[in-house]
Amino acid sequence: MSQPSVSGSATRGKIAKLLRDERAYPYLLIAPSLILILLLMFVPLFSVFKISLENYSMNQLYGRGFIGLKNFQDILTNDPIFFRTIPVTIRWVVIEVVLQLVFGMIVALLLNRTFKGRAFARAAMFIPWAVSGVLTTMLWLLIFNQHIGLLNDLLRKLGLIHDSVAWLANPGTVFGSVLLAELWRGIPFFAITLLAALQTIPPEIYESGKVDGCGPVRQFFLITLPFLKEAIVFATLMRAIWEFNNIDMIFTMTGGGPVYLTTTLPIYMMQSAIIEGNYGYGSALAVIIFIILMIFTVTYLAMNKFGRSIDE
Amino acid sequence: MNRLRKFLASALLFYIPLIAMLLFVLIPFLWTVVTSLKHEKDVLNAVVQYLPHPATFQNYINVWKAGHFSVYFLNSLLVSATSVVAIIVLSVLNGYALTRFNFRGKQLFMIILLCTQLLPAVIFLIPLFLTFKTVGLINTPLSLVVFYVVMQVPFNTLLMKGFISNIPKQIDEAAMVDGATRTTVIFKIILPLILPGLVATASFAFIGCWNEFIAAFTFITSSKFFTIPVGLKFMIGEYDVQYASLAAGSVIGLVPAVLLFAYVQKYLIQGLGSGSVKG
Repeated sequence: MSQPSVSGSATRGKIAKLLRDERAYPYLLIAPSLILILLLMFVPLFSVFKISLENYSMNQLYGRGFIGLKNFQDILTNDPIFFRTIPVTIRWVVIEVVLQLVFGMIVALLLNRTFKGRAFARAAMFIPWAVSGVLTTMLWLLIFNQHIGLLNDLLRKLGLIHDSVAWLANPGTVFGSVLLAELWRGIPFFAITLLAALQTIPPEIYESGKVDGCGPVRQFFLITLPFLKEAIVFATLMRAIWEFNNIDMIFTMTGGGPVYLTTTLPIYMMQSAIIEGNYGYGSALAVIIFIILMIFTVTYLAMNKFGRSIDE
Repeated sequence: MNRLRKFLASALLFYIPLIAMLLFVLIPFLWTVVTSLKHEKDVLNAVVQYLPHPATFQNYINVWKAGHFSVYFLNSLLVSATSVVAIIVLSVLNGYALTRFNFRGKQLFMIILLCTQLLPAVIFLIPLFLTFKTVGLINTPLSLVVFYVVMQVPFNTLLMKGFISNIPKQIDEAAMVDGATRTTVIFKIILPLILPGLVATASFAFIGCWNEFIAAFTFITSSKFFTIPVGLKFMIGEYDVQYASLAAGSVIGLVPAVLLFAYVQKYLIQGLGSGSVKG
């Protein structure tokens, strides 16, 4: 009976001793996080690679087994949907990031001025960032609805359209509609990051610029933009990766349809792995996503000479 | 003449764009609130009503009770709060280790943390789903807590490192001369000193957990463990959508995140501006 309590207090004594050991202490501090990260990020990363080489599937009658690169071969030679997702993904990331950057910059410049009600305007402008993709979907569903939606009603009242448009079911409008909703959620991220960067620009620079006869346009291109370069490079990279991986918005809004017009590569992966249970095939798609993002990130960072001072 | 030109210029370059952007941002919120206060039959009316008359809170009552949003709300709250506590504790421990000690493997640990930021969360879904299924974690709130903690600890560690490095080491040393242990120093001295930044980060982590959808959709299959985003997703039926209830459910899901964010955004801009995220 007394055996466990004795060894219990012995371990407690050991831990107390370790906690006082200045050399062991930092390792004790990082150990829980490190174990979690290795177990739940690095091990899964390797198992994605492993599963991608298997015929692992929910409806696989003969069990899973190693099949080499067959999944990749199927994807690259025999999968018309995969090849449709690539241009959709590129279009989605590029248009979304560029528009968010431009409008985010405009918002940041507007909110950087002092005016009455600025605190309210800032809070209001940033709040969409705190809204999840699913909630964004719900908000915009009420606007895009064919029969009862706000958008159709406003456009009809303005005389711009006569028949109501089914924005999310119509192949001509679905992509733009999802794009608009995600733009709504994405502008604040750039606005916040750029506003923070704007506030680090010393005002004297603008004053001396004024003395030298810089107008507002030249001021923007000669002073503001160069100062913001690092923030822009960083925010654009984060956002491109995020928009590439964006699943919640598109998935809840259109489910990838109609006819794969909004199926990006991660949506396709989600559908084949989680919805249909083709774990091997889905993992191969995940590996392709991983490779694309790694190539993109490394090229992007090298191009912008970013990250040289990561541990300053 | 000059004054008129100045007025026109500021209207054209400042007030009109500002108001346009504010309308773009606010209209979806306002429209959702308006819709949530209408009777379901008024929503479906061919003539779009711009104001609810008469306004009703019935949708909120329906969604909260019959729509099980009280359950989803509590699930979201439980999962988010648990995750945030774990995220903050682990990030502070990591931040303290990284600012106060030089130990072998410190550089490697930093690199591991930074690497996690480049890995897309979607690629973990399949292996984690399969692992969780094997160990019986699928369809438990714990699976979400574990996932959120792992996803958020690296970034928050970098933030905490920034906060803690602003506190002089002499404070630790003085306390330790007085007999305090390192652990006491972390929880009794460092934690209170970084409290403002901590609250901002915690709120932000909370919003992240509150809004998460993909993992919640993948790992949770039983409706009694649904979080709000998943509950909302399933409100859109195949044929019959109750828009007023949907709007009410959306507003319920928005409230905590919007309140927290309205409070936190000020600190967030300061934090980003002072460069605490740089390293």
